[in-house]
Amino acid sequence: MEKYTITVNGKKQEVTASEDMPLLWVLRDLLSMKGTKFGCGQALCGACTVLVGDEATRSCSLPISAVGNQNITTIEGLSQNGDHPLQKAWVEHIVPQCGYCQTGQIMNAAALLKSNPSPSEAEIESAMAGNLCRCGTYNRIKDAILTASKS
Amino acid sequence: MPKFPFLKNKETENKSKVFIPSRRDFLKISTLASGGFLLGVNFQCSGPKGELVTFAPNVFISIDSDNQVTIIAHRSEMGTGIRTSLPMIVADELGADWEKVKIVQAEGNEEKYGDQNTDGSYSVRMFYEPMRKAGATARYMLIAAAAEKWGIDASDCHTEKGQVLSSGGKKINFGDLVEGLKDKEMPDEASITLKEFSSYKLIGKDIAIYDNKDIATGKAIFGADVDLPNMQVAVVRRSPVVGAKVISYNDEKALAIPGVNSVHKIEGAGIPPGLDKPLEGVAVIADNTWAAMKGRDALEIEWDLGENQQYSSAKQLDEMLKSTTGNGQVRRERGNFNSARQGAGQVLERTYLAPFYAHATLEPPAAIADFREDGTCEIWAPTQHPQWARQAVADAMQMDLDNIKMNVTLLGGGFGRKSKPDFVVEAAILSKAAKSPVRVQWTREDDLHHDFFHAQSAQRIRATLDKNGNFSGWNHHTVFPAIGATASATELHPSSGELELGCIDFPFEVPNIRIETHESKAHTRIGWLRSVSNIHHAFAISCMLDEIAEAKKMDPVDFILSILAENKDLDLSDEIKSDFGNYGEPLEKFPWNTKRLRGVIEKVALEADWKKMVSEGKAVGFAVHKSFLTYVACIVEVTKGNNGQIIIPSVHYAVDCGIGVNTDRIKSQFEGGAQFATSLAMTSAITLENGKVQQNNFDGYQIIRMPQSPKKIHVHIMESMEKPTGVGEPPVPPYIPALCNAIYKLTGERIYQLPFKA
Repeated sequence: MEKYTITVNGKKQEVTASEDMPLLWVLRDLLSMKGTKFGCGQALCGACTVLVGDEATRSCSLPISAVGNQNITTIEGLSQNGDHPLQKAWVEHIVPQCGYCQTGQIMNAAALLKSNPSPSEAEIESAMAGNLCRCGTYNRIKDAILTASKS
Repeated sequence: MPKFPFLKNKETENKSKVFIPSRRDFLKISTLASGGFLLGVNFQCSGPKGELVTFAPNVFISIDSDNQVTIIAHRSEMGTGIRTSLPMIVADELGADWEKVKIVQAEGNEEKYGDQNTDGSYSVRMFYEPMRKAGATARYMLIAAAAEKWGIDASDCHTEKGQVLSSGGKKINFGDLVEGLKDKEMPDEASITLKEFSSYKLIGKDIAIYDNKDIATGKAIFGADVDLPNMQVAVVRRSPVVGAKVISYNDEKALAIPGVNSVHKIEGAGIPPGLDKPLEGVAVIADNTWAAMKGRDALEIEWDLGENQQYSSAKQLDEMLKSTTGNGQVRRERGNFNSARQGAGQVLERTYLAPFYAHATLEPPAAIADFREDGTCEIWAPTQHPQWARQAVADAMQMDLDNIKMNVTLLGGGFGRKSKPDFVVEAAILSKAAKSPVRVQWTREDDLHHDFFHAQSAQRIRATLDKNGNFSGWNHHTVFPAIGATASATELHPSSGELELGCIDFPFEVPNIRIETHESKAHTRIGWLRSVSNIHHAFAISCMLDEIAEAKKMDPVDFILSILAENKDLDLSDEIKSDFGNYGEPLEKFPWNTKRLRGVIEKVALEADWKKMVSEGKAVGFAVHKSFLTYVACIVEVTKGNNGQIIIPSVHYAVDCGIGVNTDRIKSQFEGGAQFATSLAMTSAITLENGKVQQNNFDGYQIIRMPQSPKKIHVHIMESMEKPTGVGEPPVPPYIPALCNAIYKLTGERIYQLPFKA
């Protein structure tokens, strides 16, 4: 077990964890931040997506020892009052069904819009291909990203 | 034969005592002084003299003197929107201010709420009327109190946005009437008039789900999100083959991992495995999920793999298909198929295969239990069926039901998986063993290896055209391991309940019909998946009908209309060799009406501009299928992309589900249903060798991703004043054959096995 200091949503957090513990479980179990979800543990579904710097990263496959001093942004820190353009667009399009994958979808879309503020439909599809939605909300996710990109 | 929850008799549920007004059951008034009485609502202190007074005319509604209207959602939210749709019915009849209504999730308690089994697409069907009555009763009482106060007639008053208003312009908030309702009698149910449909402000409209913003901000609480003080986490190594037993295990290496605290064996049921019991396994309990996972991987277990260790699903599927050449058990008969076959001008014979499917809810099963020293147990679980889960825990632990409190969280997907309470029972057993609150956490591998799978199936259909080319005979053989076999190993044929799902309810006007089943054994746990055996039955039937249309050189839509009675309530009881269940509803109440099926066919053809698409040579496919009492027709269009991959540019659905309650959630269920069905058709399959599931994660068990997903999904809801039915499952069945029929137009190749690669 080692002590690590990581920066989550701009705040320094000290945790004691084994070096191979994925960031996902550090967030969920040690810091009690439940917005980031566990779906597959193998970076195959995107439910655990957070931003490391500006990059969308699957937190289930990123060991705590590799995080370093990069800023981690989770769904809890994406906006002050849940008013990020993507969150507003998600609400406007009533995107969620069960809702479980949606925080990962939003974080992945946030990274997309940082690198490409006006993506085409094809660019959205390709950028979001790593995020599974079993309920099948893909059409509304795409619409919401387009709406957010225009705001 | 076990009774399947999704086919539960609906009549008796509607007469649940919850809805019989009596002063004792219905009128409950309380103040803080007497303590919270209702449904676990925590009362905040406010109002006159610091006392909050609450009016609760039934278990679903409470109105506080500070104007807070709270409505109980007693069905589980797994993505269908039911946690919004039923409360909005109550709110509409009540005249509440929907923007300010608070929704509280009910705990599992059958005595209090009636049926809470969220399955079989029947929540709206069963509760549309009771919820309206619940809201209207409260409205009557509030109006009576206001009218008395103002000295006017109740007929001069109505409710709107949380207030009673008089025609003369007087207004009073609901909260200001609560105190005066303390001694009022309940109105007689017969005296209550429900609102006219045209006056509804919420019902029949697109209403956003209650949890919309909480989900988008990460605040929504799913199963694994519940945190308790001193909670430990359990990860379990379960029997790799159904029926396997632990001979011995060595936990030395597991216990050496930092954070791992203890190891416990869970007794499994063996064979049959049961629908509500855990599998045999060894659980590692740790401070956190990661330590528990590593501990689980470090376990050394010697298994007696038992009788299923030789099982191969591929081999069984071959045997199942072969069995369909012989005579089976006849389950429906009309006319004489053999005569039709002998006199036929043409016989078409085709076979259809479909695999085992896993539910693969994006949230893997998880449950939290807190077994306490006083012998009580409190549970938090993403369960579709909290009452069954509560009962299963009571049975497994020999506890009194009253000592178990079952809280329901949001479900990260359900699709039938989370009806089964095995994972909830695991949590309770492990909390007792570990003497602390425990979260049992399934991994994705656990979920795919140990699901209650949708059964693989083999079907053979023979269709005859007589010498004049008329469709004269239909002989459908179907074989698949039955759900019942999971609880009773002697079940070798599909039950009538499973055949009523799109097989023996074949609705077309063919003079000679024979439907037969064959034996097959279950070697893994079989359960129900969104639309259940409608999935494979609709695939086979609607693909075959498309071939018959082609043989007759007819347009597929015209052909289906030509074999469907004009306007008839079907009664197949003389032909079916068992009682016709009709999804638990009497035919008098929910007839099988051919005019409504014609309605959706004509509507979808019109909206998609079918004739034009066909004449332009577009690759389009059509299918129609009624399931769960909802009539659905579907048209799918396909093209090929630059890399030869299949693209689905458009999908059109027409749906007749009676009155549409929340039209936005009807559309979303159909959008999602098309996506879900695309996975079943094109990418997903579970196979077993040596009794073990071969797929481990989403690389092996694939579900479609955004680039493969249908691009535009148009949902046309029929205007109807018929009783509402459900929409969770009905989108799936017709989509798959419509897609397959479209693929044939594109490639010239018919699809006879799912999932297909095109």
